[in-house]
Amino acid sequence: MDEVPIQSGDDVVRVRQQVRIAAARSGLSLVDQTKLVTAASELARNTLVHGGGGVARIEAVKSASGRAGVKLQFSDEGPGIADTDLALTDGWTTGTGLGLGLSGSRRLVDEFELNSKPGAGTSVLVVKWSR
Amino acid sequence: MDRVPILKIGQTLFVSIQIDLQDDTVMRLQEDLADELAATGVHGVIIDITAVEIVDSFIGRMLSMIGSISRLFDAETVIVGMRPAVAITLTELGLPLSGVRTALNAEKGLEILNGKS
Repeated sequence: MDEVPIQSGDDVVRVRQQVRIAAARSGLSLVDQTKLVTAASELARNTLVHGGGGVARIEAVKSASGRAGVKLQFSDEGPGIADTDLALTDGWTTGTGLGLGLSGSRRLVDEFELNSKPGAGTSVLVVKWSR
Repeated sequence: MDRVPILKIGQTLFVSIQIDLQDDTVMRLQEDLADELAATGVHGVIIDITAVEIVDSFIGRMLSMIGSISRLFDAETVIVGMRPAVAITLTELGLPLSGVRTALNAEKGLEILNGKS
């Protein structure tokens, strides 16, 4: 498992590069690699901008049926999200963005889990499986 | 921070993005392009993203904004060279890329711009 700290815009680029390498190694197709890297970019930016920085964990995984995949976890100790259902709605935004970061990245991966409480930080776990 | 160069060729500004885009770099490009549009008075901008591996919602929004800003300077922006995987991902992400036209390659983008002027 690789850990990449997210404290700057450079780190967001580094997360994208590491996720790309892991996705290629796990045999994801080019389109699936692109989807996972794009989701990682959205989530890493959220960790930086809304969570005040944090860490990305990148791990190669295998499903029960033997399919290879990549699991990503983004955690921060920022202010957290009060209403996680609302936060996953298209167009919901805290700032000037389009509100597609969370909802859009969920569409790009196979598994998506958002855990957050006000004052207790935010953790997002995603998995993309090879086909 | 990296900067993306802007080339003026005839009545068109050419931008070819060859680096892994950081948010600050895209915002800087937006400012540099606005300055160039104001200084040169050209009517077209071509942004080549052949080498760009991902366009996420932030980068996509910045590209749309570049299109809107160009229009205020009476210029049209054409994004060219989008990779198929990027097009599929953008669509699934739900990003419309409004405000900009797209074309298969720089040559076709130039045809669009020349048809306009």
